[in-house]
Amino acid sequence: MTLLAFDWALFIEKLVLIAVVIFGSLGIALYSTWAERKVAAFMQDRIGPNRAGPLGLLQPFADGAKLIFKEEIIPNSANKWLFILGPGMAMTAALITSAVIPWSSHLEIAGRIMPLQVADVNIGILYIFGAVSLGVYGIMIGGWASNNKFSLLAALRGASQAISYELAMGIALIALLMLTGTLSLKEIVEQQMAPGHYWNIVYQPLGFLIFIVCIFAECNRTPFDLSEAENELNMGYHQEYSSMKLGFYLFAEYVNMFVASAVMATLYFGGYDVPFLNESLLSPNVAALVGIIALMVKIVIFIFIFMWVRWTIPRFRYDQLMELGWKKLLPLALANMLITAIVILWLQHK
Amino acid sequence: MGITAIVFWILSALTLFSAIMVLVSKNPVHSVLWLVATFFSISGHYIMLNAQFLAIVNVIVYAGAIMVLFLFVIMLMNLNTKTEMKKNLWMKLGGVISGGMLLWILISVVRTYAEQSKGHPKIASVNTGEIGLIKNLGHVLFTQYALPFELCSVLFLSAMVGAVVIGKKN
Amino acid sequence: MQSLTNRKIDVNRSPMTFAEKIYIPEIARGMAITLKHFFKKKATYSFPEQKRPFSSVFRGLHVLNRDEQGRERCTACGLCAVACPAEAITMEAAERLPGEENLYREEKYAARYEINMLRCIFCGLCEEACPKDAIYLSETYTPADFARKKFVYGKPDLLIPNPVTEPEAYQKALGRNVETTAEAFEKLKK
Repeated sequence: MTLLAFDWALFIEKLVLIAVVIFGSLGIALYSTWAERKVAAFMQDRIGPNRAGPLGLLQPFADGAKLIFKEEIIPNSANKWLFILGPGMAMTAALITSAVIPWSSHLEIAGRIMPLQVADVNIGILYIFGAVSLGVYGIMIGGWASNNKFSLLAALRGASQAISYELAMGIALIALLMLTGTLSLKEIVEQQMAPGHYWNIVYQPLGFLIFIVCIFAECNRTPFDLSEAENELNMGYHQEYSSMKLGFYLFAEYVNMFVASAVMATLYFGGYDVPFLNESLLSPNVAALVGIIALMVKIVIFIFIFMWVRWTIPRFRYDQLMELGWKKLLPLALANMLITAIVILWLQHK
Repeated sequence: MGITAIVFWILSALTLFSAIMVLVSKNPVHSVLWLVATFFSISGHYIMLNAQFLAIVNVIVYAGAIMVLFLFVIMLMNLNTKTEMKKNLWMKLGGVISGGMLLWILISVVRTYAEQSKGHPKIASVNTGEIGLIKNLGHVLFTQYALPFELCSVLFLSAMVGAVVIGKKN
Repeated sequence: MQSLTNRKIDVNRSPMTFAEKIYIPEIARGMAITLKHFFKKKATYSFPEQKRPFSSVFRGLHVLNRDEQGRERCTACGLCAVACPAEAITMEAAERLPGEENLYREEKYAARYEINMLRCIFCGLCEEACPKDAIYLSETYTPADFARKKFVYGKPDLLIPNPVTEPEAYQKALGRNVETTAEAFEKLKK
């Protein structure tokens, strides 16, 4: 029985947490599509979907049902296995990122302390990087396997864009890591919660600016949605896709957006910290609930900013995109890192 | 047989299988994807050794960046035309010699290790050994191995300059 | 050249200032504009429930008129067909037989009267050309259909209901039959 000799309670607890996180992200992504349409409509002086249910709240389900019941088409000349693998990878990469995000402090149920984080690994940020770099494969495989010029071009664009912006993002984060001295997201949040400490945005405004621009590029959101530029590439890397496989690609974008918002909130805006509130005065369970709500509010604000930018700023041209990434953001991130290092050293030796 | 051993065997089988598939696949894109799978299972081994940093860096650098560039190049090649390389005798001979040398080195490493740890066989285990953690690794890199580390960075810099020179017209 | 209106705005081709080059303030300006629109009054009419009021000079689907005793006014003179720039109107005349005086006002009437709605450009010249006030452009659209043939409207489609036998339908077809948005709102409130 040595095989079964491990903490079954922990196993079940984590399983439940994973299920909640995954279905939560999917649910939020579902309603992000509704919110996107509503926000777009409001910014264009329209009212958006309002037929399916009150305020059009059932619209995502109608869309989902439509996608599921549509005919599934796999082009004759496509590489069948990779064609199926592509959307799966896009979705997987989007979902696994949420594993290291601390959703709140911890719950206490029947004397058992249950941290609301799937895995508190000591390399949390690097893990996010790894997962983000995997997202490229979904786009590349899908684009190449469709055997379509436009898809391939879009896939190449998407991949090179993601790689280019990962650099600046990494360097912007290094400046943050020099401040925090840890890679664990939980510890980063707890540092920001500590009294006498402000959120990291106060210490790293430039770093955050670079980070958010890179996040936009990594999520393939406007103004960096070159891999699905409709007017140049018809539809981009998912042109040959239909039915729920297309749905997976579109959906992965929204899951990515949700997770990216959570990461930004965690790294720069105190995660589940409520400003001007001492959480240690509350009972742990109440504090945990308050924390989740605080984090969700921050995430919703970030998702709104994603959409707000999308319906405001037009798409970059490809050379402009590369110039911004390599010639503007990268040197800026390096300068930010150097300045941070100098200030930290100066403070230590004062 | 504990859960660690089971995971180890599954991972090893996966690693070997995908490594073989890299060589066997006719389609270069499939080869690259199998190679990515290999990197992932090797990262799994790193995690078993509690070297989380190495595991994730392996994923970011190899699977996330280098293999994407590989894929890039292969996708841009025209795969429809059959341009199979001619396999002449010398090529085969060279392959056999270099492969044999690699095998030799591997065997000698395993043997010396086996002799050193006679009677104390070490098995990969979860959550023991701290050397792969980022704190210790960083410490070692910036104290004991500071010079090689910096030399490496100079090497990379020169490679980068070389790439820029080649990439520039004229 | 001197501009006739003074609404022309020259394109600004001056080199970008530093504030414009760093892009952030301009993004903020753009986002402020979209946010302003976010809270603006929406221009949408929820169509089947709310309808947009027509302009008083709206020209829609044709109607063949009757006089107050319910007799067709058209005398098949063909002036509308001549006036039609799209050549959408065709007709065949027939003589009124004794005993049909309660059906047709004049001695000659249109036995067949067809307007091809796919050709019609709704210019209203037929309405102007008609000496008998027989053809009017009403305030409804041409509904969509699947077959081309269905768009050739004959007399049964065009004739207004008889005011003597079906006064209600006649009143409805007279025009102003489309409720305005204000009225629709009143209805929704109730």
